[in-house]
Amino acid sequence: MRIAIEINGRTYVDEVEPRTLLSDFIRHGAGLTGTKVGCEQGVCGACTVQLDGAPVRSCLTLAVQANGRALTTVEGLATDGALHPLQRAFHEAHALQCGFCTPGFLMSMEAFLREHPAAGEDELREALAGNLCRCTGYLGIVEAVEKAAREMREARDA
Amino acid sequence: MKPAPFDYRAPASVEEALPLLGPESTVLAGGQSLVPLLNLRLARPELVVDLGGIAELDYIRADAGPLRIGAMTRQATLERSELVRRRWPLLHKAIRFVGHFQIRSRGTVGGSVAHADPAAELPVALTALGARFHLRSARGARVLGASDFFLGALYTAREDDELLVEIEVPEQPDGAGSGFAEHARTHGDFATAGAAAAIASGGGAGIALLGAGPAPARAEAAERALAAGAEPGEAAALAARDVEDDHRRALCTELARRAIEEALA
Repeated sequence: MRIAIEINGRTYVDEVEPRTLLSDFIRHGAGLTGTKVGCEQGVCGACTVQLDGAPVRSCLTLAVQANGRALTTVEGLATDGALHPLQRAFHEAHALQCGFCTPGFLMSMEAFLREHPAAGEDELREALAGNLCRCTGYLGIVEAVEKAAREMREARDA
Repeated sequence: MKPAPFDYRAPASVEEALPLLGPESTVLAGGQSLVPLLNLRLARPELVVDLGGIAELDYIRADAGPLRIGAMTRQATLERSELVRRRWPLLHKAIRFVGHFQIRSRGTVGGSVAHADPAAELPVALTALGARFHLRSARGARVLGASDFFLGALYTAREDDELLVEIEVPEQPDGAGSGFAEHARTHGDFATAGAAAAIASGGGAGIALLGAGPAPARAEAAERALAAGAEPGEAAALAARDVEDDHRRALCTELARRAIEEALA
């Protein structure tokens, strides 16, 4: 099947089998390897991207289901080389070691903070439950998301 | 590329979808349960019928009384619905336990109902609310209540050529309270047990348990006891009395008590 998917503002056209997962299309079809593939059953959250702005597991979506729609991946987060506040906070709060889970965390939390800019720590921890990290531990991640949320609120109110 | 090969059709309407349904086809709604099964090759359908393009199945409305939810309504849409939060709060409470928010952006109400996972929250909440399930096929249409629709684990009364098109939830009496409680090892994980309660101020109650059996079960003895003035603890013990496993019975009893108390609060 011939499909066209807009990823980070650029349209990728390709011939795919219906069984091609969106995660594989992003990595192999579009060559955007920032999106990571972990469990391929929706549990780990590493492959999370945004489909028309909504956070989704790209391993639980077929590429054909995204035909004609717009995706954002971690490569689309920085603007003009400047890191997104979440990316900067992850760096500063040491919220990653190997970094494999990080793109999924970033794409999940960017969507979450857009809808819940004033979320408290309990809400953030609940929201973080859909992404697994196996090396850093979550304290740095919670701290990073709180820090980014604070900065984004301040930037908005300024 | 994990799934085994399949043919793919994406009909634009229910009329176009119905002739495609049969024993060799599988319906793809939000895919949050089906795609893992495809990836693990536990499901190997010949034909996948994707309902994603059928806009007529995506609605939430309650013009003349009952709540009507189109089968392709995303769980996130139900979660954000002010109408549902205000008039059917049990659904709003239960939906927050469904997977994670990233799952709810794709997962659909109809998909969760038709998949009938014994650990799923929506079938239990809908059972407590006395929901009715609308099925259509090329042969005609029929409407089933929860006890006739949910037959077992991953097993409903839906025939291979039928499509679940709508979930209808009766109007709740003014002043009705609701409660939902569940136990899972971590938030968002599959639940071990749970309970949903919707209780009217006059005492009329709908209580259903998750994890007490292979399908959502109405706890009618507990509902009658509550209407007759029983305490939440007594009613909860009645609700779970037939659960065989000791641990599971203890969980169901405690969660039913919490759900009932929340509904009465």
